[in-house]
Amino acid sequence: MQHTHRYTISFITLVFLLILVFFLNVSLGSVSIPNKDIINILFGIDQNPSWHYIIMDYRLPKAFTAIIVGSGLGISGLMMQTLFRNPLAGPFVLGITSGASLGVAIVTMGSSIFGGILLGMLASKWTIVIAATLGSFLVLLLVLIVSSKVRDAMAILIIGLMFGSVSAAIVNVLSYFSSAEELQQYFFWGFGSLGNLSWNELLILFVIYLLGILLSLGTIKGLNSLLLGENYAKSLGLNIKRSRLIIIISTSLLAGTITAFAGPIAFIGLAIPHITRQVFNTSNHKILLPAVFLFGSIVMLICDSIAQLPSSEYTLPINAITSLIGAPVVIWLLVRKRKMMF
Amino acid sequence: MSGTLNKHIVLKTNKLSIGYTSKKETTTIGSNINIELHKGELVGLVGANGIGKSTLLRSLTNVQSKLSGDIFLNDKTLDAYSNLELAKVLSLVLTESLSSKNLTVLELVALGRQPYTNWIGNFSKKDIDVVNEALIQINIEDLKDKKCFELSDGQLQKVMIARALAQDTDLIILDEPTTHLDMYHKAYILKLLQRLTKETGKTILFSSHEIDLAIQLCDKMIVMTKNNVVSDEPCNLILNGTFENLFPKDLIAFNEKTGSFRVKK
Repeated sequence: MQHTHRYTISFITLVFLLILVFFLNVSLGSVSIPNKDIINILFGIDQNPSWHYIIMDYRLPKAFTAIIVGSGLGISGLMMQTLFRNPLAGPFVLGITSGASLGVAIVTMGSSIFGGILLGMLASKWTIVIAATLGSFLVLLLVLIVSSKVRDAMAILIIGLMFGSVSAAIVNVLSYFSSAEELQQYFFWGFGSLGNLSWNELLILFVIYLLGILLSLGTIKGLNSLLLGENYAKSLGLNIKRSRLIIIISTSLLAGTITAFAGPIAFIGLAIPHITRQVFNTSNHKILLPAVFLFGSIVMLICDSIAQLPSSEYTLPINAITSLIGAPVVIWLLVRKRKMMF
Repeated sequence: MSGTLNKHIVLKTNKLSIGYTSKKETTTIGSNINIELHKGELVGLVGANGIGKSTLLRSLTNVQSKLSGDIFLNDKTLDAYSNLELAKVLSLVLTESLSSKNLTVLELVALGRQPYTNWIGNFSKKDIDVVNEALIQINIEDLKDKKCFELSDGQLQKVMIARALAQDTDLIILDEPTTHLDMYHKAYILKLLQRLTKETGKTILFSSHEIDLAIQLCDKMIVMTKNNVVSDEPCNLILNGTFENLFPKDLIAFNEKTGSFRVKK
């Protein structure tokens, strides 16, 4: 409580770092553009039109997407870990990604089974976004219906995992009957991508993300009392069922939409809360939530910068980079501190 | 204790029946329970394992619904309280371990102010004062920056009591607050509870297996046996021979002079 100022310096450092990696992210890419020109473009001073296009319509929306993806997944992971009292939980334990994958699998690979009706829509990216949203929303709906019937949060966790298994199995069956091109399209979605969003798409993503973030702010107090356990939280006046519902809806909005637009980004949701807890050494969500926002954004921007393989024409799948970079960091933090903060 | 008649009744039950209901059948664990707890009383709840102490406490705290009868908290029936209203009248210390022990003592005790804080949990001047007061009353100010995982069982129990105290309720209910503690700390915690009732005027109800300590320290005891639930002052309970029926008689016997149980030779 009174000790909040202790974290001020850390927060200022992180904000500074965020701005730094943001500019780093924008300045790096397959086409090298001098920093001075980038700043000019950002401030609207006319420059080389192709550079202008690269910065304003590709790199900038990509950097904003990275911030939304990193912070959104990190915050949903934090909420899930506290709600389920489980350090292994992430935004995807509710089966949201599996639902999204299922939706995408049906539109990309289902055409050979369901015939030519879907074929015409295949090329559209919006089809994939809508399919992923519908898929995650459907799974969420099932989880919500079930969670209103069970008392124990752990049961919801298991049920989410079960939904995930069922979706994965259906995807397997679909892929068994699919052609190579269809499989490839599905797998490309699975690699994850931050760079495909136009400003319009980004705006939609941002509005839903904002809604999820606002809801998550309302859960801070409840999350803190849940640190004591559900019975204590209830004795402190918390309406457990309502809090649980808000947390699940917020997570679904965040993780569901992000997955729909950027693909299933692994690892961030699980790891960022742990990195934040290790560094800040607290479990107070009033500190953790903004800190996870910053860490998530920073890590995602760094991962994206690396995935671009600066000055080369290749872009690595972001999904692989997040794990390649993130996993060693978490291992190093845990080994160094010898104790997991939870 | 002649003054108890005039004292404010904090908790009262009327023909209360407790137990479990499932679709098929109703299991009654205790019935016709009539107890009255007054302001500032320290009340111990004793009974053999499995007799239903926890069920009674769960029913009194609205964790579990009663079968029939009435429970009144400050003259208002328990069912009429919302979660938040109840949190301002009744605080708990439970046996379950904390989900996270990464909180500092100060943070944990401050969580007791949650029923009073705004939507994001900001503390007012009063909240901070009450928390500091609770730390002083339990004498754990020196622990306040420690993490909960650094504490011994006895210290953690004190912190949990401070948290309940910070919640500033008329009634505090503790479920077996002395388990896992050594003999000294058992006495310490119960003595602390007694001091708190005197200093703060709060009513404290706890369940315990420390019958001899409870007899020495409590204003009133609730004794649960298979057939009935008796509540009275400890000396009256001894005179009436209530404790003799507490346990099966083959192994231990109650000694009225010492107020404790002895193994039969």
